[in-house]
Amino acid sequence: MSTPPSDDAEDRATSLRAGFRAGVPYAAVGFVLSMSFGIIARDTGFTAVAAIVMSAVIFAGSAQFAAVGILASGGTAGAAVAAAALMNSRFLPMGIAIGPSLPGRAPLRAVQGQAVVDASWAMSNRGDGTFDRWFLFGSTAPQYVTWISGTTFGALGGDLLGDTSRLGLDAIYPTFFLALLISEVKDRTTFVIAAAGGLVALGLVPVTPAGVPVLAASLVALWGLRRERRAR
Amino acid sequence: MTATIWWTIAGCTVVTAIIKGIGPVALGGREIPPRFSGVIAFMAPALLAALVVTNTFALGDHWTVGAHTVGVAVGGLILVRRGPLVLAVAAAVAVTALLRAVT
Repeated sequence: MSTPPSDDAEDRATSLRAGFRAGVPYAAVGFVLSMSFGIIARDTGFTAVAAIVMSAVIFAGSAQFAAVGILASGGTAGAAVAAAALMNSRFLPMGIAIGPSLPGRAPLRAVQGQAVVDASWAMSNRGDGTFDRWFLFGSTAPQYVTWISGTTFGALGGDLLGDTSRLGLDAIYPTFFLALLISEVKDRTTFVIAAAGGLVALGLVPVTPAGVPVLAASLVALWGLRRERRAR
Repeated sequence: MTATIWWTIAGCTVVTAIIKGIGPVALGGREIPPRFSGVIAFMAPALLAALVVTNTFALGDHWTVGAHTVGVAVGGLILVRRGPLVLAVAAAVAVTALLRAVT
């Protein structure tokens, strides 16, 4: 496979720095999200150490919230893991999309794929079907740091905040995703794709387990095949 | 409960690593055919829109609206007017909390 021509040391550093800067606002929001995760995990019976370890090794917000939610409602470990897997299933199409932009043998590409989180994936997308992997690494780094520090803060100091269910923390996630979505909707076509993806997901909510609606929405992107054919 | 929690953490770690690892390996390192680049470009808007609506209008397997819906709308308005993310999130949280405090 060919190495992209722009992958020399200087461009790497530039991409890393640009990614880092772009990742900082999402990292700030991630701090508050993971803080609420730490609080909820403690309420569910996690020790502070368990909550922090979970954030450090899984580093996937929606999956962590889903798994803890299942345990809180009396579910088994198997059910919690299944819910987390469904929530994370969107990383499958994301990983397939970014694969050709990651160099090296299969195990090395699989390791680099661990750096994929929603914000970094979306922002490192060059829009032409390729991704800037150093931008991805740069923007994931601050998000990882605040994800763990936020969890630590919530798990150890959450009691100071009182009843967090009334704080409005559930408005954070959609706003976070909305910011990424707005930067992706560049023209009429991407707007229609976004609207269709949203409608597919909303339509599946009552009939499929959580996580499936988002995965299914990625199929809307197959519309890209048709447009490409027409253009030729 | 302690054992259940640690089994959950171990299980989630394994499935997350596998899911994130499979995608980049799936195509075997081949260049993606040009026809598919359009599909990849459309994945972000489709997936992100799905994440927005499921986090705004769904709770488990049913549709829902509430104080947070209004909060997200206010945050969205700030974002559309090119306001910074942190401000939009702060406004979304504040509006949601305020509505919950008065209702």
